[in-house]
Amino acid sequence: MSNEVAILGVGMHPWGKWGRSFVEYGVKAAKDALADAGIEWKDVQFVAGGDTIRNGYPGYVAGATFAQAMGWQGAQVSSSYGACASGSQAIATARAQILAGLCDVALVVGADTTPKGFFAPTGGGDRTRDPDWLRFRLVGATNPVYFGLWARRRMELFGATEQDFAKVKVKNSQHGAQNPNARYPKAFSMEEVLASPMVSDPLRLLQICATSDGGAAIVLTSMEYARKHATDFVTIPAVSNVTPKYPNTLIEMPNFSTDSGAGVQMPDVPFRPSIAKHAYEQAGVGPEDMDLAEVYDLSSALELDWYEIIGLCKEGEAEKLVRDGDTSVGGRIPVNTSGGLGAFGEAIPAQAIAQVCELTWQLRGQAQGRQVEGAHLGITANYGLFGHGSSVIAKR
Amino acid sequence: MSKTPVAAVEGWFTMDLDTPHLLGTRCTRCSNVFFPKEESYCRNPDCGGTEFEETKLSRRGRIWSFTNNCYAPPEPFVAKEPFEPYSIAAVELEAEKMIVIGQVTAGTQVADLEAGMEMELVLDTLYEDEENQYLVWKWQPAA
Ligand SMILES: [Zn+2]
Repeated sequence: MSNEVAILGVGMHPWGKWGRSFVEYGVKAAKDALADAGIEWKDVQFVAGGDTIRNGYPGYVAGATFAQAMGWQGAQVSSSYGACASGSQAIATARAQILAGLCDVALVVGADTTPKGFFAPTGGGDRTRDPDWLRFRLVGATNPVYFGLWARRRMELFGATEQDFAKVKVKNSQHGAQNPNARYPKAFSMEEVLASPMVSDPLRLLQICATSDGGAAIVLTSMEYARKHATDFVTIPAVSNVTPKYPNTLIEMPNFSTDSGAGVQMPDVPFRPSIAKHAYEQAGVGPEDMDLAEVYDLSSALELDWYEIIGLCKEGEAEKLVRDGDTSVGGRIPVNTSGGLGAFGEAIPAQAIAQVCELTWQLRGQAQGRQVEGAHLGITANYGLFGHGSSVIAKR
Repeated sequence: MSKTPVAAVEGWFTMDLDTPHLLGTRCTRCSNVFFPKEESYCRNPDCGGTEFEETKLSRRGRIWSFTNNCYAPPEPFVAKEPFEPYSIAAVELEAEKMIVIGQVTAGTQVADLEAGMEMELVLDTLYEDEENQYLVWKWQPAA
């Protein structure tokens, strides 16, 4: 197919609280990905950086910082920031360069070093026109507050229980315990999850993802280049970076309000499902074709929303999937085999790339201890603040 | 001496202590309502309007969902010492079909709330300094 690119290499720096520079994490991941691909750094023609907004002059505007740290060699460069979608935007940029015939070999890198505790607005001073500053000031609407609203909505609408949410966490922690790159290699019990302190009711500390340091990288090439250099490889047939259609009537971080649903016709597909729909349509596949999925479990409860958003089940049926073990490794459609954000924590510009790393290892049969047998097709999904959709499909 | 009530954010709500309203704008061309105020370009992609009139939003709506803060949020939130957990509600406004989040007035716990419950808008203290009492909108179970 003409719109595919090949993933020849993947690499990660383990997630944690290492307290070192994000550049180091990114370079480690990049070097691993290049070694995995068997490609020399000097042969990389395009570097796509996923940016962090932390760590000084916004993430040293990432692409060139990674290129400098690897040793300037004159490659073309781009730097993408789309909050949690930064990584997939970097992938999309590299992919577009390859598909346009502008380069054959691209390196995508994202890495972050995060502060302790809640994410809070960056930068000082009173910013009374910045919704991200105002939501903290006027409402104290931290990220877990939004996660709590979405979780409680499932309880009110579908009868979800605290146990259902805890079960997601337990499942993902079992997956994460088998992943050497995960920050928390511990398999938690239901009792431990339900005994952790309440943060934003109904979500407890162990059901809310932490902030982490980490890095991830992939090497993308044209199909022609890949066929010359490898016999068998994973490809990307779809990348989706859609925005919502007006009116968006779901309350989203960091907003105070939704669009008004009173004046105009609602869009055919709401924002969240449109992210996956666009990816499926590009790849010419559907949710029933998927063997696994990596989704953004900012909270354990949010993972249940994703089951429905990416079409693994109908609305209101996600609880049944996790109760029946369908989304565990060994189940019908394993979700977050990496351990997800629950086991990793957020390293924002790296996470969407890390999702693709996990799919690649799974599709190659290299996900030791958490392998989905015979996996051929997988999807990643997440979205970044202010309406940045993010989804990648990988196949082998 | 009593402190002067001051809006914690300028122009987002009427300073009517008895029956406050959130203040949005209405596109004069397509009638879509925006909160916080949109004042330059209409966000309805089928419109293109550039003129807006200020409009008071419904004072009442029904709970879409709710949660709380068991720990003090980080700055720029001004947390009381000692911190008292408080509830937060996302309320769908009656006429506008728009969900607006806000703190829930003190004394209403998560256990007291449910989806579909009717809430009304009030003004309440966000924080105080030596001279002023800074007010913000909050949700309160409708009387
Ligand atoms: Zn308009």
